[in-house]
Amino acid sequence: MNLVLDAIAWILDPTNWEGVGGIPQRLWEHLWISAVILLIAAAIALPVGVLVGHTGRGREAAVTVSGALRALPTLGVLSLFALWLGIGLRAPIPALVILAIPPLLAGAYAGIESIDRRIVDAARAMGMNERQIVGKVEVPLGLPIIVGGIRSATLQIIATATLAAYVADFGLGRFIFSGLKTRDYAEMLGGSILVIVLALVVDGAFALTQRLVVPAGVRATRFTELRSRPARPRAAVG
Amino acid sequence: MIEFRGVTKQFPDGTVAVEGVDIVIPPHKTTVLVGSSGSGKTTLLRMINRMVDPTAGQVLIDGTDVATVEPVALRRGIGYVMQNSGLLPHRKVVDNVATVPLLRGTSKREARAHALELLDTVGLDRSLAEKYPAQLSGGQQQRVGVARGLAVDPNILLMDEPFGAVDPIVRAELQQELLRLQEELGKTVVFVTHDIDEAFLLGDQVVIMQQGGRISQAASPVEILANPADDFVADFVGARRGKRALHVTEVDGQRLVVDADGRPAGVLAS
Repeated sequence: MNLVLDAIAWILDPTNWEGVGGIPQRLWEHLWISAVILLIAAAIALPVGVLVGHTGRGREAAVTVSGALRALPTLGVLSLFALWLGIGLRAPIPALVILAIPPLLAGAYAGIESIDRRIVDAARAMGMNERQIVGKVEVPLGLPIIVGGIRSATLQIIATATLAAYVADFGLGRFIFSGLKTRDYAEMLGGSILVIVLALVVDGAFALTQRLVVPAGVRATRFTELRSRPARPRAAVG
Repeated sequence: MIEFRGVTKQFPDGTVAVEGVDIVIPPHKTTVLVGSSGSGKTTLLRMINRMVDPTAGQVLIDGTDVATVEPVALRRGIGYVMQNSGLLPHRKVVDNVATVPLLRGTSKREARAHALELLDTVGLDRSLAEKYPAQLSGGQQQRVGVARGLAVDPNILLMDEPFGAVDPIVRAELQQELLRLQEELGKTVVFVTHDIDEAFLLGDQVVIMQQGGRISQAASPVEILANPADDFVADFVGARRGKRALHVTEVDGQRLVVDADGRPAGVLAS
């Protein structure tokens, strides 16, 4: 318990909030690298996932690849990249991108697959081309699940980006590694708490976004069903 | 005019959905394709707008083989109404109706204004325009589906079991509405159903299909009842049983029409 209090005291200590290597700088670095990793991973995984969901082709390959990527130990991959690319940010970025791809890919194809096939069929029969079907029907309707994938990827990136500090002078992981080295457990735990708080705050923001991207018409379904089901039989309205 | 010439569809898994179909669908009339599940009626319908391509034979619209027309352009010129309406759940009613005109490059204002007129045409109140499909009843959704099918003023309107998912009272209403609309608009309507009563009610020409995608008979309802082509047709339309096998019987000096089970169907007017 003392240790936790020490850690909180460490976080609240104003001297830790200033200068080079202070908490604001580390927080900013952590957020920045997480965003870069998320963008790169999304640029790769989302188009592929949407394509798999739209065509229904390559689903098994996507599942196999995601499974394989998920099984890779991130620290091992990071070390490997560091040996290959050297110290700095060049190693953690690809290692974390690999970590982020599976949830993004799964979210994207599951989101598209979740849409009622009859709606897609009707869109095609009306004369939408494939690009319009994806852009105007599948992505808007699949968005809540796609954002769910982004949300879980982001959570993993933020948590695991602490490892960037293993090979680079970067991010909140710095406090953990330096605390470990100097046996300053208050700093170590303080750094961990900051990572946890950051992850929770960002996750909360995504939870909100996920609600907001539910299309109005789909929200309307839930609403009217809740309100009108018991009151009046729908069929009789004609 | 739509013409099927020796049309066969075999799916990759070997199922033959339609086999050797030759049929002419006359313009400005309603042709109803009727048959049980697996008779290939929907496949036949979907060949008209190239949602399905035949493995043999040709489908022609006014003499042009549809195989030579780019599918997306072809579909934008043909109205399509499906079961469960197929409306886009994330778009308001008015935007659903305006979808195809917008795809064809009509301005948003014009498309929406026209969509409101179409709501009048199909007997829907304009106040529903800003609602989402899920806020409408099944019958209302189906009317929106019809309005959407009519949005580009197509010559051809394809209707795939459009009234299959609504209750009988609403269905009867929608059927009458379609008859009224057709009287007004005179489209070439191709209508798929498994309900022979619906086929006889709506169809100028009724095409009876049997398992394996063959046509048993294509004729007017009167012709089919008077001269069923074979036992299958006679059975299918119920000419020898139930409520269509009527005979006259006299009760207390009144001539009653009764069905095969002896249930009264009405009084013979003289």
